[in-house]
Amino acid sequence: MSFDVSLIIDSLPKMLRGLGLTLQLLFISSFIGLALAVVILLMRISGRWFLSAPAAVYIYVFRGTPILVQIFVIYYGLPQFELIRESIFWPILREPFGCCVVALSLNSGAYVSEILRGGVLGVEKGVLEAASAVGLSKRQRFIYITTPIAVRLAIPAYSNDTISMLKATALASTVTLLEVTGVARTIVAETFAPYEIFIAAAIIYVTLASMFQKGFGLFEKRMSRYVKDA
Amino acid sequence: MSEDGQQPIIVLEDVCKYFGDFQALKNINFQVQKGERIVVCGPSGSGKSTMIRCINRLEEHDSGKIIVNGHELTNDVKDIDAVRREVGMVFQSFNLFPHLKVIDNLMLAPKLVRKTSKAEARESAMRLLERVYIPDQADKYPSQLSGGQQQRVAIARALCMNPEVMLFDEPTSALDPEMISEVLDVMVELAEEGMTMVCVTHEMGFARSVANNIAFMDRGEIVETNPPNEFFNNPRNERTKLFLSQILSH
Repeated sequence: MSFDVSLIIDSLPKMLRGLGLTLQLLFISSFIGLALAVVILLMRISGRWFLSAPAAVYIYVFRGTPILVQIFVIYYGLPQFELIRESIFWPILREPFGCCVVALSLNSGAYVSEILRGGVLGVEKGVLEAASAVGLSKRQRFIYITTPIAVRLAIPAYSNDTISMLKATALASTVTLLEVTGVARTIVAETFAPYEIFIAAAIIYVTLASMFQKGFGLFEKRMSRYVKDA
Repeated sequence: MSEDGQQPIIVLEDVCKYFGDFQALKNINFQVQKGERIVVCGPSGSGKSTMIRCINRLEEHDSGKIIVNGHELTNDVKDIDAVRREVGMVFQSFNLFPHLKVIDNLMLAPKLVRKTSKAEARESAMRLLERVYIPDQADKYPSQLSGGQQQRVAIARALCMNPEVMLFDEPTSALDPEMISEVLDVMVELAEEGMTMVCVTHEMGFARSVANNIAFMDRGEIVETNPPNEFFNNPRNERTKLFLSQILSH
């Protein structure tokens, strides 16, 4: 078989047209996912079973199933219900983009809430006792002590999750979306050169991933300025 | 009641505390008068820390009464807040807020709890840092300080809330030997200024020179309470004698 480097170079600009969609999927889902994660986290650590139990079930379900299956259930499954088709969510769930954002957000919410919980559990008990002793209320302790410390502890794992999410956006190509992988598949269908084309796609993902990694690295460094030898 | 008819500032009446089946405090009766300096000592696991942690509700007592400056500790958050405003605490492991600079460690509670203005909080924080001899460390993070310096910051942080009473839970136990005296010096000065203090410590030199009374605890009970002279020279209880022979033999 032959390997055509020029094919890679030619296809890169075309594929970059899918980049916008890839980044939209990533940023919108990450944003909604993070907001969801905070709510789920607060429910889980609320100490009230009627809040923590549903949160635990949600995490259990979304961590326990593949994103691809979640996308298929939402995209192919939900429209079968009249209730869904008549609901206010239909304009979102009618579109493959909306379905992917919903699936990715729900998935990210489950993972990120666990990541944040790890950060919260990593805050030293003694430091919180000291905060109680000087009179901070439970809410003040959470906002001024737990949150900043937990965020720092959570950055490495969160950075990992964002990169996983970036790669998971490729699954959107299975429901007709033309993000980077979707564009790649179209080009493959025209050129019959899967090897070169998918390598070109891989180059795009690897570049993006290393940029995110770098960005999170800087953020972590800034958040760790109070840690000795960090 | 003390001799001048004032109410004691801390009263513990028949206080019991359990951890599961283990009884950490057995009917503790204990009083501290305003301006008094009490040292609590005893073997490890005897309930010293548990007792002072009950005084500002870091531990919840299971029965009996705890009254601090007229506020009885109940499950009511208002009472707990009121008590915590009266009581400052210094911990064995400093427990400074690691993500805040020294000055912000001191300013956080006055700003949030007392609603002091930023300028005013900063001014009194600087005054307290001078009092513990580290005004030049104000803009550092706790991790950049030595243990002795961190503990002095912790003392200043507690003083920022103008407490009526200071509780010390083995404040020098986590320190390297050469740093113990810089912390004890600050505590002696506090005592000289008339601060009411309850101090769990094994520093017998400090106890001898500063304490009005030394309370000896063993197995969840206060075995005996006496002024230092009496306590060291004429211990009554067998357990006190044994403890003293162990810690003073070196």
